[in-house]
Amino acid sequence: MDLFLQQTLSGLATGAIYACIALSVVMIYQAIDHFNFAQGEMAMFSAFITWQLIDWGANYWVAFFVCIVVSFIGGMAIERIVFAPIHNAPILSHIVVFIALFQIFNATAGFIWEFTIKEFPSPFPDKMPLDIRMIGAHEVGIVGVTLIMLALIYLFFRFTPIGLAMRAAAAAPDSARLVGINVGWMLALGWGLAAAIGAVAGMMIAPIVFLEPNMMLGILLYGFAGAVVGGLTSPLGAVLGGFLMGVLENLAGTYIIGSELKLTFALVVIVTILIFKPSGLLGRVVVQRV
Amino acid sequence: MAFLEVANLEAFYGPIQALHGISFSLEQGGITTILGANGAGKTTTLRSICGMVKTGGEISFDGESIAGKATEAIVRHGVAHVPEGRGTFVRVTTEENLKLGAFSRRDSKAVQQDMERVYGYFPRLKERRNQQAGTLSGGEQQMLAVGRALMLHPRLMLLDEPSFGLAPLIVQELFGILRTINKDEGVSMLLVEQNASLALELADHAYLLETGRVVMSGTADEISADESVRESYLGY
Ligand SMILES: Nc1ncnc2c1ncn2[C@@H]1O[C@H](COP(=O)(O)OP(=O)(O)OP(=O)(O)O)[C@@H](O)[C@H]1O
Ligand SMILES: [Mg+2]
Repeated sequence: MDLFLQQTLSGLATGAIYACIALSVVMIYQAIDHFNFAQGEMAMFSAFITWQLIDWGANYWVAFFVCIVVSFIGGMAIERIVFAPIHNAPILSHIVVFIALFQIFNATAGFIWEFTIKEFPSPFPDKMPLDIRMIGAHEVGIVGVTLIMLALIYLFFRFTPIGLAMRAAAAAPDSARLVGINVGWMLALGWGLAAAIGAVAGMMIAPIVFLEPNMMLGILLYGFAGAVVGGLTSPLGAVLGGFLMGVLENLAGTYIIGSELKLTFALVVIVTILIFKPSGLLGRVVVQRV
Repeated sequence: MAFLEVANLEAFYGPIQALHGISFSLEQGGITTILGANGAGKTTTLRSICGMVKTGGEISFDGESIAGKATEAIVRHGVAHVPEGRGTFVRVTTEENLKLGAFSRRDSKAVQQDMERVYGYFPRLKERRNQQAGTLSGGEQQMLAVGRALMLHPRLMLLDEPSFGLAPLIVQELFGILRTINKDEGVSMLLVEQNASLALELADHAYLLETGRVVMSGTADEISADESVRESYLGY
């Protein structure tokens, strides 16, 4: 029983990482209907920016927020510069650009910061209070940060005019233009938000896996799996899916398949969900009259 | 210069030319209707005015050239379009649709009043304010499209078959509302309608389109009295 509890808790902790990534995946997916394969690499790159700032002597929280702002602007710039011109191009062009971005971020990070692993600081205390051993302070911190981000996103989309406009622009661009919404900028904003969320995810993940250009490889797959499980249209679903993947991965690894097949496990989950419940756990099946 | 002045307007869908140099104008506070058979280019004309198709020629609104401008920029001049097919934001609620209609406005107090006014015109929408708009009936979505256009507090409304899918009684009511909006608030209207007699009743001027060309124009009374129009469009 102890083992079960232990594995579930540590599954929740890794799940929080997946949830962060799943959240940024869903943000982009809602805006452009595509997976951004480069999402993980963008998050990694953001984490390197923070690391660099801290290395230059900046305070952690200063670096943290500067990184979020830089990532937000960077995400918008990528949309405006790279994706806006090919907006009407076929899906294959988009995929090629995603792969190119992946390579560019990976190689650039390797070129600037090299492929050796670096330690990345955690903003949370070393030890849990009350001598709790089941789960570390950083893990609890990640869960908290993920839930805070989820709440902020929810409030933003639910209660602000810009959030509403972003949803409208993604769902019905022509109608959105007819009420005066600049659809292009809404897309850019979506990219900016996704990049900012990804940056937070990167900074939360780096202390655990250590910072290096390939740190997101396995994690991105689980993040995708979390997003698919939760339903690609639902931020809440993405977070739940991320946690679920973390727990399932751990329990399956402990009791059933062993750690060698963990990555395969993520793929099996993705395929199973896509076959049996394509809209995911919380994804919205749009009720539409024709 | 007229409020809305369209000169030698051409429109293209890729290699297909849908409008072959049409010209017309609309006085401030006036209601002009565009009549024509299916495929004549009525929808294309409205879409051209708000920058949704590739055009040639000149379009000026309130003394300013709007040809070639982005749709959202034209809308912000006060041009509200009730599109063919209603253009509902299906995933959000009725009320959020109306809020979106006022997206470009900053006078939130007046927006709130306009919302109440729209609910006054269309009580059905008020009953269904929190319902996902995609689940509204066709007629309710048509009311929503008109309501959303009103939320812009427009100076010019482009109405593409506003009566589409509405029960006859509701159509009468809708046209009454349009007349009120025109009279009381001086909103100019460019109206495309299948129901020609209804349109000619409401409008003061009319243009007849045939395969992308204006073939007849005049006051609504003149057009109603024309023998060929009566035969082809009015059916008596
Ligand atoms: N997206 C498009 N691509 C190609 N051709 C188009 C497109 N939209 C319209 N057309 C063509 O342009 C012409 C005018 O179409 P339009 O929709 O303006 O007609 P309409 O007068 O509104 O007809 P209706 O009364 O049926 O609504 C038609 O010949 C139509 O086939
Ligand atoms: Mg039409």
